Amino acid sequence: MTEPPSDFDIELRLLLEAIYLKYCYDFRSYSVASLRRRVEQALEKFGCRTLSQLQDRVLHEPSVMPALLQYLTVPVSEMFRDPEYFLGLRREVIPRLLTYPSIRVWVAGCSTGEEVYSIAILLQEEGLLSRTTIYATDINPEALRAAEAGVYPIDRVAGFSESYRKSGGRGSLSDYYTAGYGAVVFDRALRARAAFSDHSLATDGVFAEVQLVSCRNVLIYFDRDLQDRAVGLFRDALVRRGFLGLGNRESLRFSKHADAFTELLPEVRIYQRCS
Amino acid sequence: MSSRPPPEPPFLVAIGGSAGAVEVLLTLLPALPASFPGALVVVIHLRPQVRSLLPSIFAGHIALSVREADDKDPIEAGTVTFAGPDYHLLVEPGGSFSLCTTEPVHFSRPSIDVLFESAAHTYGRRLLGILLSGANEDGAAGLAAIARAGGRTWVQAPETAGARRMPESALACMSPDRVLSPSAMAEALRSLSELE
Ligand SMILES: C[S@@+](CC[C@H](N)C(=O)[O-])C[C@H]1O[C@@H](n2cnc3c(N)ncnc32)[C@H](O)[C@@H]1O
Repeated sequence: MTEPPSDFDIELRLLLEAIYLKYCYDFRSYSVASLRRRVEQALEKFGCRTLSQLQDRVLHEPSVMPALLQYLTVPVSEMFRDPEYFLGLRREVIPRLLTYPSIRVWVAGCSTGEEVYSIAILLQEEGLLSRTTIYATDINPEALRAAEAGVYPIDRVAGFSESYRKSGGRGSLSDYYTAGYGAVVFDRALRARAAFSDHSLATDGVFAEVQLVSCRNVLIYFDRDLQDRAVGLFRDALVRRGFLGLGNRESLRFSKHADAFTELLPEVRIYQRCS
Repeated sequence: MSSRPPPEPPFLVAIGGSAGAVEVLLTLLPALPASFPGALVVVIHLRPQVRSLLPSIFAGHIALSVREADDKDPIEAGTVTFAGPDYHLLVEPGGSFSLCTTEPVHFSRPSIDVLFESAAHTYGRRLLGILLSGANEDGAAGLAAIARAGGRTWVQAPETAGARRMPESALACMSPDRVLSPSAMAEALRSLSELE
């Protein structure tokens, strides 16, 4: 029943293979439907007629890959996106983390950092931040730099504040940033406990033992096999009874590793590693 | 916990609409029997922060089964899958849906164009695209993509639409196979047993 591959699909496969061979970014097991759209947009942006032309430039012009990466990776994020998720962390997960003398959290696919600051604020308000290390990882270096800087346009802040409030925030979001020049900068104290680094769920391994993994809206970009790989990494990184939080529309239902987890708060997609 | 994927349905019906479209769905979906051989997927524009009421409006009141799309849900015959708020819904090769959070299209996420274009790519001739009432231009380009890929296209007759802009935008850029009133569309859909 599958349609024969179009020229576009053939060229897309070749492009992804070329990117993998030359730059070690592995997009070969990503969901193709949205990848196709983003690559079409890139064609327009680079003024290429075909993907073969784009491939030629990716291989021979050093400035092209970093720019193309912005299309391939979907670096979009929001603070306290889906406030009920953060409320769930606050009410059900944080209290269970209190018993650990030191806490490690992995935010996988952290993009430009909004999720990292959301979690850092939450930990701060619950008195845990000073004994927590947050590993914030992504494959997009530009996004990681933005995450580390913690600077966001001021016109996004009203939305962030509203979500912060709905997530059970104990103060005002403005307690955590300084405004100026059309932007806000989040407090250094929030990111002092965070380590931002390059890590790919497609090609890298486990680097630490953690009590909480938050990986939201990253798995949707992967096909099922790559989702299995990523969830396998989370399972291996988590301590027994550790927690895994996914995006609103993501689940472990189709995962090969589903049996390694129980549902803690299924309505907000928070799971717990079985002991 | 993971199970074998069910057989792929013989065809997919992709429906898009905005203002005034839920009323039409209330005519279309109750007309279909549980044995409807195709799968249905629906994008109705929603406000991003609000939980969608669509699945609960229809669940239990129509013969088909109803759900809101989760990432990688299989495309199943006799099932209506609604796009939830704040994610685009796309059709993957191999018979499943996927979601994405790229920027809104025509100010909307989910976008009808995004669904239609991805469905056209994967389902080609085995796809029927239906564009209903709505007050913006989302869906027109997607419907044209469905036609180019060999699929079928139906548009709600603008004079029967609560908001004419969406069907009219489609009619301005392509010639659908049929232009139908809601009741004629319900009848046509009910008698559909295969495509091609
Ligand atoms: C839509 S953003 C999600 C941001 C954030 N987690 C949230 O929910 O707001 C997806 C992020 O996943 C990252 N990503 C894509 N492929 C990845 C991979 N193989 N390993 C790690 N991160 C990846 C992208 O660079 C992008 O920043």
